[in-house]
Amino acid sequence: MVDPIFLLEAVVNGILLGGVLALLALGLNLIFGVIDIVWIAYVDLVTLCMYGVYFLVSLYGWPLWLAGLAGIGIGALLGVLVHLLIITPILSSPPINQLLATGGLLFFIQSVATLLWSTDHRSVRVSLPTLEVGGIFISFTRLLAFGLAILAMVALYLFLTRTYTGTAIRAVSQDREAIALMGARPQRLYLVTSAVGGAMAGVAGALLIIQYAVHPYFGGAFGPLTFMICVLGGLGNMVGAFAAAFIMAQVISVGGVLVSTEMGYVIAFVIFIVLMFVRPGGIFARRA
Amino acid sequence: MSGARLLGLAGVVALALVPLLPLGPAQEYIWHVIIQIFLWSFVGSAWSLMGRFGLVSLGHGAFLGVGAYATVLLWNFYGMTPWAGAGLAILITVAFALVVAYPCSRFQVVGHYFGLVTLAVGEVIRLLIVAERDWTGGSLGVTLTTGGTASDWWTLQFADKRVFYYVGLAAWLFGLWVWWRVDRSMARSAMEAIGEDETAAASVGIRVARFKMAITALSAALTALGGVLLALYLAYANPDTLAGIGVSLRIVFAVVLGGMYALLGPFVGTALTIALSEYLRIYFGIKLIGIAETIYGLLLIVFIIFLPAGIYGSIAQAARRRLARPSGRLPLRA
Repeated sequence: MVDPIFLLEAVVNGILLGGVLALLALGLNLIFGVIDIVWIAYVDLVTLCMYGVYFLVSLYGWPLWLAGLAGIGIGALLGVLVHLLIITPILSSPPINQLLATGGLLFFIQSVATLLWSTDHRSVRVSLPTLEVGGIFISFTRLLAFGLAILAMVALYLFLTRTYTGTAIRAVSQDREAIALMGARPQRLYLVTSAVGGAMAGVAGALLIIQYAVHPYFGGAFGPLTFMICVLGGLGNMVGAFAAAFIMAQVISVGGVLVSTEMGYVIAFVIFIVLMFVRPGGIFARRA
Repeated sequence: MSGARLLGLAGVVALALVPLLPLGPAQEYIWHVIIQIFLWSFVGSAWSLMGRFGLVSLGHGAFLGVGAYATVLLWNFYGMTPWAGAGLAILITVAFALVVAYPCSRFQVVGHYFGLVTLAVGEVIRLLIVAERDWTGGSLGVTLTTGGTASDWWTLQFADKRVFYYVGLAAWLFGLWVWWRVDRSMARSAMEAIGEDETAAASVGIRVARFKMAITALSAALTALGGVLLALYLAYANPDTLAGIGVSLRIVFAVVLGGMYALLGPFVGTALTIALSEYLRIYFGIKLIGIAETIYGLLLIVFIIFLPAGIYGSIAQAARRRLARPSGRLPLRA
C-alpha cells in the first residue's frame, strides 16, 4: 500500500499540473471554438515560446519576468503567422486536410528546432525554495506557475466577457453566419483569436520553461494530452476544458504514484477513449 | 486499358530484375531503401483503405506495433516460428481493432473525434510497450533473437537482403491487389456513401456498422502484416519506430502526399518521402541534423494547401480529364 502522505502529495501535484494543462487547453479550445480548426501543432508553438524565453534569459541576460512577457509577444506573433500563412488558405477545405496541414507544421517546428538548437535539453534554472506543509513537499516554482496560470485564465475570461472584441469572438463561435450579418468581420475576429490563442501559448511557454527542460520534441509530451482535454471538456467549451484538465491531471498524477508513470497516462487515455463513446460531446455536454 | 496494364507489368518486371543488376558496392544500400519503400507503401495502402472512406485513423501505429511486437515476442520467449507468430499477431491485431471499431461505429464517433480516439489508442499501445519494459525492452526496443544460421525458412531470418526484397515486392503487390479489389467492389460505393453521410446511407439500407467493421478489420490485418514484415526485416522493434503517434502520422502524411484516392498514391508518397530523406541524409551527412525533416514538413504544408489530392492523385485526375475529353463521354468518376 502506498503511504497516504505520498498520495496526498500526488493530489497536490496533480492540482498544480492541472493549472498548466488547463492553460494549454484553454488556448487551443479558444481557437477551435472560434475558427473550428484543431491546431495539432499548438503545443509545439508553446515549445517555440519556451525556446524564446530560454534564449532571452540565458543568452541575452534578460530578467525572467521581462523574457516571459516577451514570450507572450512571441506567442501572439506566431499565432498570427500560423493563421495568415497556413489557416487562411485552407479555411474552406475538408476538416481532415486542416488537421493534416497543422500536422505538417508540427513536423516542421520539431525539425527546425532540432536543426537550429539540437536535441539538447535546456532549462532556465530558478532557485526558489521548496515549501513543506504537513510533511508534503511543494515546489514553490510550480506553485508560482500555477498562480500565474490561474491569473492568465482569469484575464482571458475577463477579455472574453467584458470587452467588445471578446463578446464578438464569443458570438462568432456561436453562429458564424449571423455575426457577419451583424456587421462584424469574421476574418478580423479570427486573426484576433489566433493572436490571443498564441499569446496564451506564450504564457504557457513562459510558465513551463521554469518547471521543465525544453527540447524539440517537448510538444509530444503534452500535445496529445491537450487535445484529449479539449475534447473531454467539449471542443469550444472553456469551462468544460478547465474542469477536464484538472480531472486528467489527477488521474495522471495519482495513477503515476499508485502504478507507474506510463500507466498513469495509459489510464488517462483509456478513460478518454471510453468517455468518447459514452459522452461524445464531452463530459459536460447536455444530452440532446 | 491494356496499355496501362502492359506498362504496369513492365514496371513490375523491371522491379523484380533490380536485385540482379550489378549495382556495385552500394547495392546492399539500394536494396535496403527499396525494401523500405515496398513495406511502408504496403502499410500506406492498408491505411488508405480506411482513409479514403473518411475513416481517417491517426492510430495505425498501434496496429503496426501490435503485429510487430507479438511476432517478435512470441519468437523470443516461446520459440514460435514467425509463420505461426505472424498469423497469431494478425489475429490479435484484428481482434484489437474490432474492440476499438465496434464502439466507434456504435456511438457514431466520426471526423475529428475518430481521429482523436485513434490517436489515443495509438498512444495507449506505445505507452504499454514502454511500461512493460521487463519483456518488451521498453523504449530501448527489442531485438529478434537470432536463429543461429545465416538463412532459415523456419525462423524467417535471412542474411541476404534479396530475399526480403522479393518478400517486400510481393507484399506491396498484394496490397495493391487488395486495394484494387476493394475499389472494384460494391462495398466501395457503400463505403463512399457512409463516408459522405452515415444516416443517409443507413436510410437506403446500407449496413453501416458491418461495412465499417469489415474495412477496419481488413486495414488492421494488412497493417499488422506490414508490422510483422518490418520487424522481421529489421530484426528489431522499437516503440518509437513501429508504434505511437510519430509513426501513425508518417503513414498518413506519405499517403496524403501521394494521393489517398489513387491506387499508386501511397507508393508515390512513400517513395518520395523515403527517397527525399535518404538523399538529404547523404547530402548533408551529420552536418545539419533535422534539415530533411524540415523540408519534409514544409512540403507537407505546401502540398495540403495547393495539391490536396496529392501528387499522384492530381496527375491521375488531370490525365483522366484529358483522356475523357476526346471520347465525348462523361467521366464515370469525379
